[in-house]
Amino acid sequence: MTQAKVPAWVSIALIPFINVMLAFFVSALVILALGEDPIEAAGYLIYGAFGYDEGIGYTLYYATNLIFTGLAVSVAFKAGLFNIGGEGQAYIGGLGVGLVCLWLDSSMSLLVIIPLAIIGGALFGAAWAYIPAYLQARRGSHVVITTIMFNFIASSLMVYLMVNWLKQDGRMSPNSRTFEESAWLPYMHEMLAPFGIEISASPLNAAFFWALICCVFVWGLIWHTRWGFQLRTIGTNATAALYAGIDNPKVTIWVMLISGALAGFVGLNEIMGVNHSLLLNFTAGYGFAGIAVSLMGRNHPVGIIIAAILFGALYQGGSELAFEIPSITPEIVVVIQGLVILFSGALENMLKGRIEGLFIRKSVA
Amino acid sequence: MFETLILILDATMRVSTPLILAALAGLFSERSGIVDIGLEGKILGGAFAAAAAASVFGSAWVGLVFAMLASIALALIHGFACITHRGDHIVSGVAINTIVAGLTVTLGLDWFGMGGQTPNLSGDERFLSITFPFADALADVPVIGLIYSELLSGHNILVYIAFICVPVTFWAIYKTRFGLRLRAVGENPHAVDTAGISVAFLRYRAVIICGILCGLAGAYLSTAHNAGFLKDMSAGKGYIALAALIFGKWKPVPVLFACLLFGFLDAVAVRMQGVSLPGIGEIPVQAIEVLPYVLTVLLLAGFIGKAIGPKAVGRPYVKERA
Repeated sequence: MTQAKVPAWVSIALIPFINVMLAFFVSALVILALGEDPIEAAGYLIYGAFGYDEGIGYTLYYATNLIFTGLAVSVAFKAGLFNIGGEGQAYIGGLGVGLVCLWLDSSMSLLVIIPLAIIGGALFGAAWAYIPAYLQARRGSHVVITTIMFNFIASSLMVYLMVNWLKQDGRMSPNSRTFEESAWLPYMHEMLAPFGIEISASPLNAAFFWALICCVFVWGLIWHTRWGFQLRTIGTNATAALYAGIDNPKVTIWVMLISGALAGFVGLNEIMGVNHSLLLNFTAGYGFAGIAVSLMGRNHPVGIIIAAILFGALYQGGSELAFEIPSITPEIVVVIQGLVILFSGALENMLKGRIEGLFIRKSVA
Repeated sequence: MFETLILILDATMRVSTPLILAALAGLFSERSGIVDIGLEGKILGGAFAAAAAASVFGSAWVGLVFAMLASIALALIHGFACITHRGDHIVSGVAINTIVAGLTVTLGLDWFGMGGQTPNLSGDERFLSITFPFADALADVPVIGLIYSELLSGHNILVYIAFICVPVTFWAIYKTRFGLRLRAVGENPHAVDTAGISVAFLRYRAVIICGILCGLAGAYLSTAHNAGFLKDMSAGKGYIALAALIFGKWKPVPVLFACLLFGFLDAVAVRMQGVSLPGIGEIPVQAIEVLPYVLTVLLLAGFIGKAIGPKAVGRPYVKERA
């Protein structure tokens, strides 16, 4: 077939790059329509995100959340499943992390709490993904719809738990008590200080390393295990997988459990790393942003890290931008995010044929 | 007791209106084979356009037209991605929801400088309630008087339009040639294509109708139910409408009842706040809030009947070539 003649770098790098550029181009048009100079805006964005070490810290802190949710979406994508419930899984995962911290913070040391919090976040996140996964695998209900419904159920459940059970007495806002310091993930600036490296204080914390470890884990799992092969086979052709003797429902459930667990780790960064207490709405749309990250990163851990840092930079640079140009809100970042989903996801076929055609003709001649 | 019931039902009608409009919008789209989780975004976009235009031009009707135009534009983007370029319907819907969530606030701040809101609307800029003739005179008549004056009278025009849309949709889907083809294209696009009818054109018409109805729902939120646009004011109504569409098994009349049920739960949840029931104690509001979602999940799981959608829904149609 003609497809084989298209050079690999065209489909892996060039087409995604062009799609993202298209999204940025339309974003620039939006900024232009607001009567501002897109080049100047981009300058503030880049400076805010990378121009000074506090900005870089914030960028990577946002990126940490996005790596977790991006990985969560991509693992499911690889198996042909659309996990749109990252938001709810992250929310409940954070509950798991928070409960471990509230339970052990005064009796245990950090080294004991960290692995237990990781397990807590993973278990709670996975549990929240389990029901939609089970229903998809065994009862044929569509995972997209059920995970959407579970996002809302998670949100109501958290409000109920926070208001009725976990709220600290005497507080107006539904926050739990602040954890003892033995349950705080160390900040990056604290960790680097003993080595003589001085950086400004930022919310960047040890969860970032866990995010990178998760990337390696996902990479190994998907491309270097038999189980990962089964997962990819289902994603490519579910019928073929069935004939090859793969237990589709079982793999489907496992994929969703891992996806939910990865999303649940957002709680490590947000609850244990930064807020140090359980609170409402700490997921702040990271679950949905994970879809954009995953699409832009082509469902590969390396791509996801790059995309997560880029989106982290947009989040951080966006606040800088809003500060410098008051007529632009940080919400412009949400617009850019949506445009990336549109062009790299929904419209990915728009230019594909034409660009590929260009290269096929060349190789024939 | 009777009066409380009437008041709850009255609130149910108001809360259900955007759900009915949006769910019917989804019905047209999904019956033609286009999955639409972008209902939420289209409602929000419509709400913003309605409030913005109403406050600039001073007329709720102008606002309504702009709401429909904005919502149709979003629907066409969805159509362009899903029909013309065979993109993933879910991804496209997520993209539209995300873009609108950001764009409404961005434009709102730029145009009105009020933190993303639109100015407060009053007078002609809003759809005001219509009082039926003799409503006040009949209010004192037992039972019927209350039903007539409270429940039926005193809503704004969009509420009545929403309820009229249900039989109209029924007629359009089941009794017209267009409806027959629409249902066919959602079940078996190949057959429609073989009959010489354009699959793409049919589906485009379906998403445009979807846009019109979502625009109505949006205009209702910002210019009738509330007096102005607020950030994220659709607050998940598009998703509840989607749930109602599934709960009503993609059929107009059951969809209406699903919307009324979900609206009723919403109205009850407001009433139940802090009320202690004898023998049960206080029911947490959140427990009632999640019922629409829980019921839909149970239905999808096959525990209450079976929800089977249009057969070709979500699948891109590729024309066969010889």
